[in-house]
Amino acid sequence: MVLDRIKFVALSCFIAAVLLIGGCSRGESNVSQGNREQVFHKSNNAEPQGLDPHVVTGVAEHHIVQALFEGLVSKNPHTLEIEPAVAESWALSEDGKVYTFKLRQNANWSNGDPVTAHDFAWSWWRALQPALGSQYVFMYFPIKNAERYFNQEVIDFDEVGIKALDDYTLRVELANPTPYFMQLLDHYSTFPVHRATIEKWGKPDESYTPWTRPENIVTNGPFVLDEWRLNKHLMVRKNDAYWGADQVRLQKIVFYPYESGPIVERMFRAGQLHYTYETFIDRLPWYRANKPDYVQVAPYAGTYLYRVNTTKPHLADKRVRKALAMTIDRQKMISTILNDLFTPAYAITPPGLLGYQPPKLFDYDPDAARALLAEAGYPNGEGFPETELQYNSSEQHRKIAIAVQQMWNKELNINIRLQNKDWKVYLDDEQTGNYDISRGGWIADYVDPNSFLDMWVSGSGLNRTRWANPRYDELVLQRAPEAKSREDRYAAFYAAETMIMQDMPFIPIYTYSSHHFKHPAVRGMPPNIMSYYNWRYVWLDPDWSDAKPQQQTALSGGI
Amino acid sequence: MLRFIGLRLLQAIPVLFTVITATFFLIRQAPGGPFDAEKPVIPAVKRALEAKYNLDLPMWQQYTNYLGDLLRGDMGPSFKYPGWAVHDLIISGLPATAELAFYALMVAIVIGVLAGVSAALKPNTARDYVPMSLAMIGICMPTFLLGPLLVLIFGFWLDWLPISGWGDLPGDKILPSFTLGAAYAAYVARLTRGGMLEIMSQDYIRTARAKGLPEHIVVIKHALRGGLIPTIAFLGPAFAGLLAGSFVVETIFQIPGLGRFYVQAAFNRDYTMILGTTIFLSTLIIVFNLLSDLLATWMNPKLRHQMSHRSGGQS
Repeated sequence: MVLDRIKFVALSCFIAAVLLIGGCSRGESNVSQGNREQVFHKSNNAEPQGLDPHVVTGVAEHHIVQALFEGLVSKNPHTLEIEPAVAESWALSEDGKVYTFKLRQNANWSNGDPVTAHDFAWSWWRALQPALGSQYVFMYFPIKNAERYFNQEVIDFDEVGIKALDDYTLRVELANPTPYFMQLLDHYSTFPVHRATIEKWGKPDESYTPWTRPENIVTNGPFVLDEWRLNKHLMVRKNDAYWGADQVRLQKIVFYPYESGPIVERMFRAGQLHYTYETFIDRLPWYRANKPDYVQVAPYAGTYLYRVNTTKPHLADKRVRKALAMTIDRQKMISTILNDLFTPAYAITPPGLLGYQPPKLFDYDPDAARALLAEAGYPNGEGFPETELQYNSSEQHRKIAIAVQQMWNKELNINIRLQNKDWKVYLDDEQTGNYDISRGGWIADYVDPNSFLDMWVSGSGLNRTRWANPRYDELVLQRAPEAKSREDRYAAFYAAETMIMQDMPFIPIYTYSSHHFKHPAVRGMPPNIMSYYNWRYVWLDPDWSDAKPQQQTALSGGI
Repeated sequence: MLRFIGLRLLQAIPVLFTVITATFFLIRQAPGGPFDAEKPVIPAVKRALEAKYNLDLPMWQQYTNYLGDLLRGDMGPSFKYPGWAVHDLIISGLPATAELAFYALMVAIVIGVLAGVSAALKPNTARDYVPMSLAMIGICMPTFLLGPLLVLIFGFWLDWLPISGWGDLPGDKILPSFTLGAAYAAYVARLTRGGMLEIMSQDYIRTARAKGLPEHIVVIKHALRGGLIPTIAFLGPAFAGLLAGSFVVETIFQIPGLGRFYVQAAFNRDYTMILGTTIFLSTLIIVFNLLSDLLATWMNPKLRHQMSHRSGGQS
């Protein structure tokens, strides 16, 4: 109480002092101090659920886990091509099924232990234990017998295609040739974990034991966990035991769990953050006009779409679904309410996924749409039942839904009821088929058309439209994986995508863009389609301000 | 007096029990579960997760298990942050929230009482109308408007104060405390004015004046004690309300407090976290109501007299 009283008196004096005299020095901003000392400040949108690479699932966790752990390979942030990480080289057998990885001998855990092929074999065994509850376990399913082992149809792990031949050689046998397999090895669910540490704090297949606490955790990435204060920040510092420590220039990264929006934008403007999880769209025009080099926007491998419940009688007719798709003026919507941030989408895969180009089978065409609707038995929208469009609570989803509602009403003369739902209610209704039309989105897990196309096969938990076509399943699940060349494979994908876009169980709306506030001092985070970066390459240029001396002051003053 | 406290604490038990039971069953009625996500969880994984949290047991058994654990002081692990026990999360968020609520209460008392007393001393003059109109504005203005407004003025235009954080930069606690305290300051001002106006027309004030006491002694020594009783009665619930209702302010200023956990737990269907925070805040409300009753009794001679002669459960 005494302390409280003193604090209170001190506070009152301080308030009075500030109000009367005004102006007190706020000291150096995070950004300018960080630029000098190579401390990177990043808003991360959410408190990480955990740090166990085999258990976590979110994007916020992803950015942290990537700093702490490293898999066999990583990606070049400029080209997105695979490059060596723990594995220094690898060879693929003639039939495309057997990978042999040579691990570098200077890769170490943060406690000094060497990272060996046995670490990988054990880690992957762990990830395949059902009791662990790894939600990304399907990343392992291209490996021979991995899925059957996970489902306990195969009991002996020796039958799974994962073998450590010696300390530095790992052999991985796949069920089928899987051209995107190397991409999966850069996903955190396939990262190695330190066996002795995990076994010290619990059973191997027990999730969320204290092994990830700062005082216990052992990692193999470019950074180690320094401090974790719940809901405040999580800090990592450079790992001197890391094999590539010479290349790592950042000394620390501070992740803040702040949710994106106006608050984070204000903090960025006040020089407290180098990089934000995303921008605040409403402020983009101002930044474009005044501070274009503080924003980084790039096309993103993701599609915003509306799922259509194909079991509802009036939506079961594909002519109706097409009519709906053809009456959304995507370009107009993007330029009027979305600040020109995105690009219209007419298929599920975004253009430019390692050379794959999606088909474009329709365009904005209200006249043709009206004809289709009439053909389906609803001339001028007559007799068309009131249809519900559901979206999860968000200002942006609401704006888009209103625009679509108006376009459909104006062009097709049909009534749409908007239904805003809490996230979990929305998910539940979508999964149980309790909806007419539902907002959705999909971001690629890896750079390959398969990441967008295999979600629509029959019975997929992500399909949720009740649309199914055995021919489509065959193309995606058999013809594409067994194709001998990239051309053949892409041809199978193209045929499948053409098929689904003719049936239109979902309505593509736009291709996402990644958009971040990014301080001009940040180096080594080039824009790319996955919004991918590798902390190994990131650094801060302390001399940036010499080139643009006015930027900092103008930024903090401008409203 | 002890009997009064004991009785009140006994009354708290069925209240808490009802809160726990209602919360336990209500949150399970909400659509969607803690493991529902955009990517549907593989059935085998979902079974493993449900087994980990005993969600595979019948509802009544989950309930009795929970009550049993609770009696041993174990609120279980959070669903959303499974690496942490619920009480870890509450303890981690409590200091910032409690500190914020305390400062906000101080802001409310200092500003509110000064404004209220000064208004009551010159009723129906500018000294009454101006602070009371401001108080009305304070009550009406929501924190999600006042907060950003203060940030805009003091953070950006004047550049005097930090715009977010808690204990990171000097002065970063000022704006959140003001934002949260403002509405309560307004209530306090109106309550104080009312209380003081009533007291100032009492006979014993006239007696005090007749003795020739200077006006400030009359006000401070004699009038305030009675005039502040409505305010004191309000402070207990107000502090509990500040603790529970600081979510908006914690969000605006990025304060690592309890309020954000509480609200996010509901969105996440984090069953144990919702229960834990609800139980914790209900307990606080009960305790602070009791404290403010005790304080009001101590300040009011009439009540104190009653209490010592026939103790009972009046509140």
